Parts: sequence; structure tokens; C-alpha cells
Amino acid sequence: MLPEKLRSVSVDLNNDASLLIDIPDALCERDKVKFTVHTKTTLSSFQKPEFSVPRQHEDFIWLHDTLVETEDYAGLIIPPAPPKPDFESPREKMHKLGEGEATMTKEEYTKMKQELEAEYLAVFKKTVQVHEVFLQRLSSHPVLSKDRNFQIFLEYDQDLSVRRKNAKEMFGGFFKNMVKSADEVLIAGVKEVDDFFEQEKTFLLDYFSKIKEATAKAEKMTRSHKNIADDYIRLSATLNSLSAEESTNYYIIKFCLKLFQNFLRVCLKKVEGRVASDEELKLTELLRYYMRDIQAAKDLLYRRARALADYENSNKALDKARLKGKDVSQAEEHQKRCLQKFDTLSESGKKELTNFKARRVVAFRKNLVEMAELEVKHAKNNMTLLQGCIELLSGN
Amino acid sequence: MFVHLSAFYSYRSLPFCRFFLQIEEEEGGDSFDIHISVSDPEKVGDGMNAYMAYKVTTKTSVALFRQRDFSVKRRFSDFLGLHSKLASKYLHIGYIVPPAPEKSIVGMTKVKVGKEDQSSNEFVERRRSALERYDEGQATAMLSSYKHLKLKLILLPRAVNTQALSSAGILRMVNKAAEAVNKMTIKMNESDAWFEEKQQHFENLDAQLRKLHASVECLVCHRKELSVNTAQFAKSAAMLGNSEDHTALSRALSQLAEVEEKIDQLHQDQANADFYLFSELLGDYVRLISAVKGVFDQRMKTWQKWQDSQMLLQKKREAEAKLQFTNKPDKLQQTKDEIKELEGRVQQGERDFEQISKTIRKEVSRFEKDRVKDFKMSIVKYLESLVQTQQQLIKYWEAFLPEAKAIS
Repeated sequence: MLPEKLRSVSVDLNNDASLLIDIPDALCERDKVKFTVHTKTTLSSFQKPEFSVPRQHEDFIWLHDTLVETEDYAGLIIPPAPPKPDFESPREKMHKLGEGEATMTKEEYTKMKQELEAEYLAVFKKTVQVHEVFLQRLSSHPVLSKDRNFQIFLEYDQDLSVRRKNAKEMFGGFFKNMVKSADEVLIAGVKEVDDFFEQEKTFLLDYFSKIKEATAKAEKMTRSHKNIADDYIRLSATLNSLSAEESTNYYIIKFCLKLFQNFLRVCLKKVEGRVASDEELKLTELLRYYMRDIQAAKDLLYRRARALADYENSNKALDKARLKGKDVSQAEEHQKRCLQKFDTLSESGKKELTNFKARRVVAFRKNLVEMAELEVKHAKNNMTLLQGCIELLSGN
Repeated sequence: MFVHLSAFYSYRSLPFCRFFLQIEEEEGGDSFDIHISVSDPEKVGDGMNAYMAYKVTTKTSVALFRQRDFSVKRRFSDFLGLHSKLASKYLHIGYIVPPAPEKSIVGMTKVKVGKEDQSSNEFVERRRSALERYDEGQATAMLSSYKHLKLKLILLPRAVNTQALSSAGILRMVNKAAEAVNKMTIKMNESDAWFEEKQQHFENLDAQLRKLHASVECLVCHRKELSVNTAQFAKSAAMLGNSEDHTALSRALSQLAEVEEKIDQLHQDQANADFYLFSELLGDYVRLISAVKGVFDQRMKTWQKWQDSQMLLQKKREAEAKLQFTNKPDKLQQTKDEIKELEGRVQQGERDFEQISKTIRKEVSRFEKDRVKDFKMSIVKYLESLVQTQQQLIKYWEAFLPEAKAIS
């Protein structure tokens, strides 16, 4: 087990030594991020016990989509696909920095550049984490970890882009039908025979809308925190130039300002920035991830609802065939198949959904605890620094 | 000679009070103190004629005042009136008269029309604290109904000088000179490097402070945004908690919502502190520096006036020389009289210029000494508000932690 690799959104992943996956490295080239996917395994199905391959974001999407398309996995919650790496915000800042270069002092410029690099790094870390978690969810699932395409993804040392293109051609429209967000009307409209699923359906639909709302609000809150951290950066830069004003009569002001500015630079800015990113990781990312996960659970319900609808249709078709006296055995076969499919889906669906709940509760607990601990730590840091600053100022 | 000054209820010290007390100093006054506060804003009247009246309370041992402890009701325009009186009396001989608090028509109209909403309450509070900060010494002058008398009483020691300068004629001339000459085009032969250096220094300080002020205003804005967003998140977290079917997690989420609600209030309070302790402080300093620059301008105008008188004198002398060769005895006599007057004026102009230069030197060094202490105290107060916020944060999150751990 690699405790330092435990990420925020899922727990108990990567603790089965038979298949360990991580992303130790990633390169950012312009718009593209190249992830290094590293696998360590004791399974004989793989050619080597340890290997690494380079993968792009599109490869992850391909893997996800093929899994969704696979009929056999219709009864499983497919882990949500990692979102596309979003360097929009730091890139915009970089642009602004380039434009404002002429008006800023050299010191201000270097400082802002450093902050910008830190932000780039934060986005980078986030996207690596999200891609890694996706793979780890797969590797820890009893059924999905054995998927052939998953193996190819991990092992195939050539470029996957050819396969990706083929996949797109194959699935085309069907793909769109299946993967489209769960048609809530369909789910809601189906007459449910099973209490468990009835409850789950109601719960998931409601929970999804609530968590979507909470995610959006958490994002806004985190962005505000980031804005404040940026304000502190700007303040400290201005205070710096202010305290550089040479006038011996103002030496006390200069001293105050220097101190205040140092405090801002060292403490508030860094800590506030860290508060913002910790909050984002523990809270916003958590909510975001589970929102997507619940979407995946909803997709499962959708597939089951479709299977039920298919089964009901096949019943109707059988009745019609019996009436007409034509193709009865065919209709019987079809109906049997539909029932079977429905039953399999229901059974695995039940298991998946129960596991899902347990997983969710554990993840929330872990993150809420960690977030509270971090908040306390940061606030204590802030306080010590502030008090030190006050002492120095008052003492003079 | 010791002057003890303490501020009660105001966030910063008393620019004006020192101003008055300094005059007393020079007259050999004894130590005294004065506390002034502005409170209890109250709406008087209705509609567009309505105004806010503020209670101005003074506690003092200054001998000038008949009572030790008294309060009156004054309105905003009273403060402005006092400022204009003092400015007209003191600005052009070089005393740094702190600028009046800003008048905001929009804000006041809202209050008049009776909009009892958040922003107009804020406006009233801003104004109240602005008045208090600005005005403790000025309030002194207004406290008695004998406004002008009190002013004169306090100003008595300087009466001689001010008298000469504020006579209507000179005032008009100063104004004309001021209109005619843009400060950019006054090419003064600055014989004194001190003035050049100080002027440059204040220019730089002004630019930097404005920038700082703008940054802090940005911070205040963002902090308010954060408070709003935190409140919204708290609500959504509460709803999520309600929707959650796992009991312990549901409880924890509801607790999270409560914590965030408290934190939202914390952010609001911090935003207020950001504003009142820091942003307004900087705003005041920016306006104060403008007053300082104004005083330097006055010096230039005084110089210009002196130069103008000299030029006029020159012209009159030339005219006199010409008239010597003509047979116009009345005209000649008139010119001789005018020359006499102008000579007097030139001498006075030179004296005024030297006086204003001297006064400015003193004022600036006093300003530098006091402002610095002032500034430091205010920064400390602001930092203390930040400490308080952090302490509260620790309390809230530490209370939440066991709740989160209780999820199972």
C-alpha cells in the first residue's frame, strides 16, 4: 500500500498488490498533457511485471467509452471519465501578465510570475490526480480490472490513436444513444417492482440535483478565496514599492510597511492560497467527483430501466405473436433473453449501488476530516505569524 | 511641554485636534486632553429636506471650553462649513488643513428618501465614522452656538497675521492669480532644495498610496463576494445534508452547513474591518496628502503674488520716470502714491512668502512625526482584527472535527 498516493476522492484503492497503477509523471506541452502510466502487477495476464506507457487524455476517454459500450458491463457503475485538463485560468493570467509587463516593476513581475507558475502546478497536480483515480477505480473493481481494453490501455506500448479512431467509427450513433445522460423521464416513468431500486431511484435523482448545486456553489466559494489570495499578492507588491520610498523621516512607516508586506507575502498570501487550494481539493473536488459518480450510477439505472422496458416490450410482442400464431418460439426466446438481461442487471446493479453508497460515505468522511484539520492548521499558522508581526510593530 | 491626546471611539487619531492644540502649545498652554465621538445618527425631517443629525459628544479639560462634558447635534453640512472656514483662514498661510469628509449625493438622497436598506445603513455608518475620524478638533469649534466666536477665540493668537491676509483685496488678488496661473506653468526659482525634495516625495507617496488604496478596495470587494458565496454554499450544503440518506453523513453535512454559515458572518465582519480599518485609513491619507500638496501650491501662489507685485512696481517706476518729463503734476503725484503702496505690497509679499515657507516646514515635520505614529497604530489594529478572525476560524473548525469523525 502506498499511503501517500491515497487521493481525496476515493479510498481503499490501489491496495490490492496484484495490480498497482499510478501516474508518477506527466509532461505539459502546449495544449496536450502526456501522462506516464506506470503499472506493477503479479497477474500472469500481463506480459511483464512492471512497465510504463505514455498516454494522452483522449486515450482515457476512449477507454471509458469502450467500457460504457460493453454490454456485459451494463450492470456496473462505470467510473466517471476524468475531465479534460483545464489550463484556461492560468493561461489567461499568463496572458495578462505578458500584457502588463511594461507597467510593473521588475520585482512585481517576478513575483507574479512565481505565483502563476504555482497555479499552473496546482492545476497540473489536480489533473494528474483525477486521471490516476480513474485508473485505480478500474483496477480495484473485480470485473472491470479484467477488461481486455483496460489491459491494452495499460500495456500497449504504441500510440493508441489508431484504435481510438476505429472505436469512433464503430460505435457512432449507438454510442450517443447509450452514453447520453440518463433520461430521467424514462427512469422515472418505469413502474418499479423492486423496493430497493425504487428507493435508490428517488434518492439518486434528488441527491444528484443537490450535489450539482453544492458543487457549483463550492466552486464559486473557492474562486473567491483565490481572488483574495491574488489580492494579497498585489497588495504585497504595492507595499513593497511603497516601503522603498527613501525618506529617512518615514523610517517608521517604512518599517511598518516592510513588516506588513513581509507578513502578507509569507503568511497570508501563501496560506490563503493554500487554504483555497486545500478547500478546492477536499471539498470542491470531492463534490465534483461524486456528482460525476452519481451520474454514472444514474446511467446504470437508465440501462436497467431500458432493459425493463425492453422486457415489457418483449412481453407485449410475445402476446401479439401468440395471438397471431406466428414466430411464437422466436418471441419466447427474445422474451427470455430480455428477462435474463434484466435480472442480471438488477442483481449486479444492487451490488454496485450498495458498494457505491459505502464508498461515498467513506470518502466524504475522509475529506471532511482532512479539510477541517487543514483549516485549523492554516488558521493557527496565520495567527502565529500575525501575532509575531503585531509584537514587532508594537514593540517599536 | 506635554500634550496628551487620546481617542475614544475613533479608529484613528485626531488630525485636527493636534492642529488646534499645537496653536495652544505656542501660546504656552498647559497639558490637556480632549475626547470626541460622533454617534447616534438620526434622521430628521422628511422627503428631500430630510437630513441626518449626528450627536457630537465631547469630554475635555481644555480651559477654552466652559464645560467639561457636553454634546450637541450637528449635521454633515455643518462639518463642511467648518472646514471651509478653517481652510479659508489657514490654508493659504501654510497650515495643513485636513480635507473634509466626502460628500456623496447619491448616498444622501437614498437616506432622505427613506430607503432603509443595507447600503444606506452602510452609508450612514461610513459617514458617521468619517466625521468622527476627521473632525474631532473641528467639532470642538462647532460645539457652541457661538460658532464664529469660538473660532475667533481659538484663532486669536494668530489673528494679527490672518487679519492682514484675509482682507478682501488680497484675497481677490490671490484668487485671480490662482486662476491665471496653472500650477504647471508657475516656474518658481526654487532656491530651497528642501521644498523641491519634499514636493517630489509627496508626489511619489501620493501615487503609491492611491495604488495601495485601490488594491485594498479590491480586497474589500472580494471579501464581500466570498461572504456571499460562502452563505450560498452553506445553504446548498444544508440541502445536500437533507437529501443524504446515510444518517451520520447527513448530520455531518448539516453541521458543515452551519459552520460555513458562521464563517460567512466572519467574512462579513472581516470585510468591514478591511474597510474601516484599512481602506478608509488609506483613503484618508490620500486626501491628506492632497491637502499637503495644496499647501505647497499655496506657497507657489504666494510667491507668484509677490513676483506680480514686484513686476507691477517695476512698471509703475518706469511710468514715473516717463512722467517726470511731462507736465502732469497730479498724475505724477498719483503715480508716486501708487509706488509707495506697491513697495509696501512687495515687502508684504516677501514677508508672506517667507512666513508660509517657514510654516510649511514646521507643518511638514509635524505631519511626518504624527502621521507615522498614527499609521503604525492603525496597522496594528487591522492586524488584530485579522488575528481575531483566525481565532474564530480555529474555534469553528475544531468544533466541526468530531462531527466529521463521527461519520461511520
